[in-house]
Amino acid sequence: MRLAAFLLAAAMLAGIIAPFVSATVAPAHAQDYTAGEIVLSDPWTRATPPGARTGGGFVTIANTGDTADRLVSASSPVAKHTEIHTMSMDDGVMRMRHLPDGIEIPAGETVALKPGSLHIMFIDLEQPIEMGTPVPVVLTFEKAGAVDVEMTVAPPGAPGPKGKAGHKAHGDQ
Amino acid sequence: MRMKTAGLAGAAILVVAATVFAVTALMQAPPAGDGNARGGFADIGGPFTLTDKTGRTVTEADFKGKPSAIFFGFTFCPDVCPTTLYELSGAMEELGADADRMNVVFVSVDWERDGPEELERYVSAFDDRIRGLSGTKDEIERITRAYRVYYKRVPTEDGEDYTIDHSALVYLMDSDGRFFGTISYNESPEMMLGKLKRLIAEG
Repeated sequence: MRLAAFLLAAAMLAGIIAPFVSATVAPAHAQDYTAGEIVLSDPWTRATPPGARTGGGFVTIANTGDTADRLVSASSPVAKHTEIHTMSMDDGVMRMRHLPDGIEIPAGETVALKPGSLHIMFIDLEQPIEMGTPVPVVLTFEKAGAVDVEMTVAPPGAPGPKGKAGHKAHGDQ
Repeated sequence: MRMKTAGLAGAAILVVAATVFAVTALMQAPPAGDGNARGGFADIGGPFTLTDKTGRTVTEADFKGKPSAIFFGFTFCPDVCPTTLYELSGAMEELGADADRMNVVFVSVDWERDGPEELERYVSAFDDRIRGLSGTKDEIERITRAYRVYYKRVPTEDGEDYTIDHSALVYLMDSDGRFFGTISYNESPEMMLGKLKRLIAEG
């Protein structure tokens, strides 16, 4: 009886403490990836509308080191070509360009690949990107080397990895 | 005399340059700001001929009687186009039956790759009240001129493919087909919803 009470109390305590412990041990997110000084968080992509030939992938890249690194290439089995792109909006005009030299990640800085900005571009998709089927991507850095990540899949056109409350995912029936 | 001629020639060049500049700016620069000003963009819009998913011809006459939200893009667009259609779908869901009181249209400027079938498949991922319209090169050039939409094909480095720079605005037109305003890419879903509500109420 006493033992049971003790175990129960211990279990409850563990339950209360555990989230804090994990929060201190793994400070960022569950889906973080680390390679050398590079920390990748929240890799995500979006389900593609039927017939779409391209998709965009996003990830936040932190360089915790003292020297700059560079994301030089990306590849994925979902597409024939995977490129690093920039997108800019000038006077309301969307312009998208391939970055053949990749993206510099300055020492101590964080670069976000996100909608309306830098992104990984999947070109000539082998099959549609679907909700619930994460997309494997290899991101290669000049110094940190190759990192395998899995991009979670948000609804088509979603502004963030979780989509947005109140916006129905019309594409995932 | 010589001075005068030179002065006149200089003035003429200035006038021509200013005109070219103004026309170019008008043709290329989409309306900036919050897009609510009606006055300066009164001549946006006009007649067009496009094709819907069934192959049927659609003209500006089909949209009259209801206000319209028109977005120009292409199905190879990985970011701005699906994002905008997603935001529009979200707003339409919130509007519920009120969204039936407007036309919501996605016009592809990629006349080479996007036909009725490609567009039909593409827009099916979003609110099913969004209509995808395609056209021939001439038809697309006509409507993009009428709406002051900038679009330009940009070849990829290998030269085998291309992407398209394009205006990322949603054009709001009233039920008579007159310019009502725009929604720009970076506006919040709340702003978009507010503008669509106003369009339905006043347009």
